[in-house]
Amino acid sequence: MTKEEPTHQGGWTQGVPAPRARWLTPALLLALLAATALALAAGSVSIPPIEVFRALLGHLNDDVTGRILLGTRLPRVFAAGLVGAALALSGLASQTLFRNPLASPSAIGVSNGAALGAVAGALLGARLNSVGYVFSTALSVSGGLVVTALVFMLGRRGRYFGHALLLAGIAIAALCSALTTAMLYLAGERLQSIVFWLLGGLWLATWREVWIVAPVTVVGLAAMVFWSRDLNVALLGERSARDLGLDLPRLQRRLLVLIAILASVAVSVSGVIGFIGLIVPHLARLVTGADHRRLILPTALGGALLLVLADTGARTLASPAEIPVGIFTAATGAPVFLWLLQKRRPAGAP
Amino acid sequence: MNLRIEGLNFAYQPGTPVLRDVSLEIGAGRVTGLFGPNGSGKSTLLRCLNGSLRPQAGRVWIGDRDAAKLSPREMARLIAVVSQDTPVSLPFTALEVVLLGRYPHGELWQADSLEDIGFARECLARLDVADLWERHFDQLSGGERQRVIVARALAQQAPVMLWDESTSHLDIKHQLGLYRLARELAAEDRAVVMVCHDLFLAPLFADQAVLMKAGSAFAMGSAAEVLRPVNLSRAFSVNMTLSWPANDSIAVSLKNI
Repeated sequence: MTKEEPTHQGGWTQGVPAPRARWLTPALLLALLAATALALAAGSVSIPPIEVFRALLGHLNDDVTGRILLGTRLPRVFAAGLVGAALALSGLASQTLFRNPLASPSAIGVSNGAALGAVAGALLGARLNSVGYVFSTALSVSGGLVVTALVFMLGRRGRYFGHALLLAGIAIAALCSALTTAMLYLAGERLQSIVFWLLGGLWLATWREVWIVAPVTVVGLAAMVFWSRDLNVALLGERSARDLGLDLPRLQRRLLVLIAILASVAVSVSGVIGFIGLIVPHLARLVTGADHRRLILPTALGGALLLVLADTGARTLASPAEIPVGIFTAATGAPVFLWLLQKRRPAGAP
Repeated sequence: MNLRIEGLNFAYQPGTPVLRDVSLEIGAGRVTGLFGPNGSGKSTLLRCLNGSLRPQAGRVWIGDRDAAKLSPREMARLIAVVSQDTPVSLPFTALEVVLLGRYPHGELWQADSLEDIGFARECLARLDVADLWERHFDQLSGGERQRVIVARALAQQAPVMLWDESTSHLDIKHQLGLYRLARELAAEDRAVVMVCHDLFLAPLFADQAVLMKAGSAFAMGSAAEVLRPVNLSRAFSVNMTLSWPANDSIAVSLKNI
């Protein structure tokens, strides 16, 4: 019997559930508030913090500053926070679903499916009015859901739920990318704006986007908190989960739907923003440990914080131009991820 | 709680039965050793007992309840399983793994109570891994992981325990520890079923033995009766004699070594 190999092969970043975990959520909330204030103050027109407060209290409503703040920056900051939380949560849900620390919605092709739907919507001339807008969002979400359903049907034939599903996801993701590229080829004069959107960014975010993402993110968060003990048991794998009384196939179906909806709604608002879904759950796990009851809230808040900061950087660093935030998160996320990989193998230490 | 198995038949694929008409009575307060060659259906039998496999025919009674009518959660409160394929990689600490054993008793997202945590640490202590509670599961040795998994099953507080080769990675001290634990649990009026390949120690601790061969319960009774040379040779095709000079010793002799 040598099926059990020695240690360090999980690849999960871990943390001892220390008392640190207790102040993490309040600290992240404070940091998120501070980041929001910063994001509102910074921009091509810089607004002093005191004015920001006055505007939020309704004292500055009808001058230019007020309109920039309440009409442009505030919805954008909200959208960034909500999309960040949705991405981080869908990343965590994917990692738990596949019991694979490298899983993310992109890995099962959801993001690519949603992007394909959104590009199709853009080519069909949607986003011109609110009917077209709803149509475009619906197209994007259905792209994500169709891909998930397809991946699920192809993947569950395999003996091991995770492996076959991930492989099917990679194949379908590649197919969706090819179709998206083909559409870009046909895009003509709209090519630039679509490519820019695909790179990921929040400059289109208005209150309308906020009202779409907010309920989805809140429901997703509530569902995951509600299932947090089930998610812990799911990490044990099919047999042990069943032995402990969890109906794992049912949870897996629910998680797939949840991931599909969270990720596709995020994509429909902001294009494809990488690395948040992959990295934020890892960072949170470093502090809280893997117990979902402690992990979910910090993951959501951390995702929100990260994207609010990244978006603020993306629109101010090269102001008046904008760096697509997807490039920004990938450029900062990849080194962080490599650092995490290094960190979990201390030489010689247990 | 007694287990009664009536005419169990199971096949993963039609035409190749893995269990053929198995009927057994497993009493509370006793340790039952389940012996048999590889592929004789021992693990499959355990998985049918706790409902994770549905037999094509036959019934399993847990006390006076029909196992087929229990939800997975109800089942997990009655039967705790230590399966053969325990996960190698888990992002939890040893204590967190044991606390997962409280899952069938808890509600939704609620936090672990202080009683739960205290109880989980007791379970770790019973398996001699109390000091490891803070260590990550990934960083434990194979034997330590196995004991943590048994502690998790203890934390389920189920009246029936099914152990599938739980001693396979353990050194001699901890093998004995686990067999003694089986006796203790039986003394608490639980039914303990252990699947073992160990024919030299396990029989000393088993109140009754069942020998499986090609999906049937080939022989059952006391360990000395069941593990007679004629049975061993028929089940394992090995010419070997086990003799019991006393209650606490077994001697082995092989015909051709």
